[in-house]
Amino acid sequence: MSVMAQLVSRKEAIAGKWLARVIDTYPPETARFLRGQQDPFANPVGQATRHSLNTLVDMLLAELDEAAARTALDPVIRVRAIQAFTPAQAVGFVFDLKPILRESLGPAAQNSEESALLEDRIDRLALIAFDVYMQCREKIYELKANEMKNTTYKAFARAGLIKDPDQGAGQ
Amino acid sequence: MADETPKPSELLSKIDYHTPSTHWMDVPVNIRKGMYCYASNPKSVEYLGLPNARAWNPIEEDWKLPENWQQILHEGFKERLEKFRSIKVFMDICVRCGACADKCHFFIGTGDPKNMPVLRAELLRSVYRNDFTLMGKLLGRFAGARPMSLAVLKEWWYYLFQCTECRRCSLYCPYGIDTAEITMFGRELLNLLGLNIDWIATPVANCYRTGNHLGIQPHAFKDMLEFFVDDIEEITGVRVEPNFNKKGADILFITPSGDVFADPGTYTCMGYLMLFHFLKEKYGLDVTWSTYASEGGNFGSFTSHETMKRLNAKMYLEAKRLGVKWILGGECGHMWLVINQYMDTMNGPADFLEVPVNPITGTRFDNAASTKMVHLSEFTADLIKHGKLDLKPERNDNKILTFHDSCNPSRGMGMFDEPRYVIKNVANHFYDMPANTIREHTFCCGSGSGLNAGENMEERMAGGLPRANAVKYVHEKYGVNMLACVCAIDRAALPASMAYWVPGMQVTGVTELVANALVLPGEQERTTDLRGEPLPGMEEADE
Repeated sequence: MSVMAQLVSRKEAIAGKWLARVIDTYPPETARFLRGQQDPFANPVGQATRHSLNTLVDMLLAELDEAAARTALDPVIRVRAIQAFTPAQAVGFVFDLKPILRESLGPAAQNSEESALLEDRIDRLALIAFDVYMQCREKIYELKANEMKNTTYKAFARAGLIKDPDQGAGQ
Repeated sequence: MADETPKPSELLSKIDYHTPSTHWMDVPVNIRKGMYCYASNPKSVEYLGLPNARAWNPIEEDWKLPENWQQILHEGFKERLEKFRSIKVFMDICVRCGACADKCHFFIGTGDPKNMPVLRAELLRSVYRNDFTLMGKLLGRFAGARPMSLAVLKEWWYYLFQCTECRRCSLYCPYGIDTAEITMFGRELLNLLGLNIDWIATPVANCYRTGNHLGIQPHAFKDMLEFFVDDIEEITGVRVEPNFNKKGADILFITPSGDVFADPGTYTCMGYLMLFHFLKEKYGLDVTWSTYASEGGNFGSFTSHETMKRLNAKMYLEAKRLGVKWILGGECGHMWLVINQYMDTMNGPADFLEVPVNPITGTRFDNAASTKMVHLSEFTADLIKHGKLDLKPERNDNKILTFHDSCNPSRGMGMFDEPRYVIKNVANHFYDMPANTIREHTFCCGSGSGLNAGENMEERMAGGLPRANAVKYVHEKYGVNMLACVCAIDRAALPASMAYWVPGMQVTGVTELVANALVLPGEQERTTDLRGEPLPGMEEADE
């Protein structure tokens, strides 16, 4: 059985272990809730994380399509980008998959070509995660800037200081 | 020697990925950028005559507190326990069953256990036990008590401004503990030390001085509405003529000033003007605006009960001065909490007003028999039910709608069906969000209770996540592209939340939809909606 086939047969266990590690990045009281509540509307963070990680494991063991990986990573990174994580903590969970895969394969298969390929895919996934994280942060800064800009603009407008270009300077 | 070097796998297997389990009292508060609003401007605090006005910064060590701050808090706590039986009960009665714990949008979005409503309230209860209960005094921490300290005070401030007083948690509490009142009470104590946020303090000062949160003076308020009159004329060919401060009008209309100045609320405001014009032309109904009572919202309620009362007083005062029969209220959120829960006993009884009766349909609003104030959605639903509006719902056919129940009109006054009834009669495509996210279970927009500033965007996005998650579901499943609501803060706050979580989703007030569909007497053929976007089938005419 090839390394990849072995992992595919254990993919549910792998995704489960990965999810457990990601959920344990939260305080224990929160982790209990994220793990236990199955309703996606009562527990959007837990369920989005679960869904994203399952998709990503499938993808890593088959083929890593960058656009699809981005779509799968987006919901979980979008949440972590606004929570109390440092940037490294927000995206670092991607690397947690490496020890899980190593553990799952056992020592013999760890130096195989397929194992190296998987680790390379995980590295690429981490870079995509970083891109998504930055997009989320940039969006937050854009929203903040727009709120401030709107406030200032409206204050000027109220004071009668905003003129349309076609109104001319002297009006 | 080489054999003693641990292998990477051995090292990795020893890493404990579990967060250390620490008692909540031992987890220090970390005031994180993006999660708090700027401190109040001392000029605004001073203007209101509130105590301890000064410049201070939440992330600096020294909050420049008065020397006897602990005594001020203790006495403030004691006074309110004696004055408000509800607070005393809320402090004592919680059995920490945890039913509320996972119901808060801030807990769900931030993952911070101190945002579990039970734990947020426990921040105050622990001090209550220490200062006011025998068990707390005798057993200390063993009985869940802890003394007030600077660290505790900072924790209060940080987490009491991570609650939007939405009351979703209260819905699940077997004892009916009103967490919104606990937050109101906690913020009131903080105000004794001058610890408010500027997004609240300055609007309150403005409201006290000029009658509305934005500090719009009467002539500018009138000018803004006149601009809308021009826009309406351009779109419909009809020049509406709003009444201002008209003595002897039938009804006084009061709405949040956000509708007058902040998009997309401005389109809802145009909707109000058009609806009242229609009712005047068709049925002779005389509705007046007021440049004095020019604010429906009440940020005073996020400050102290006295400030809330002072700002609210102008509604009844203006109704009395103008001699109207009753008051119609616009699309606002916390305004309705103040009206339904406090106004009657605070500034009433308004026995100079009549029990509201819709003169066009004859419907008597017994639900408002005491406050004498009717919600615009109730009023509009009644008009539609009796076939009194001429409507072309197909004008809204390019809008696939869902409805966000604003916290206060839903949980604070039980209004669930009227806005939906209105929407379904003025538009043809409507899909509700999942049942555990709407009506009394509705999730807050994440920016209520004075938290809709710009600097706390991470806080707003975290608080807005559960609502946005349900919107995303109907967006993906039914192609919903427009989120309707009946609250000015929703209209101001949800566009940013949608831009982050559900790009492409627009936000509208219900009355904007009504006005799009409403056929005004003598109107020209309309080619655009109130936003200037082409009506369905009019795309070419618009070009």
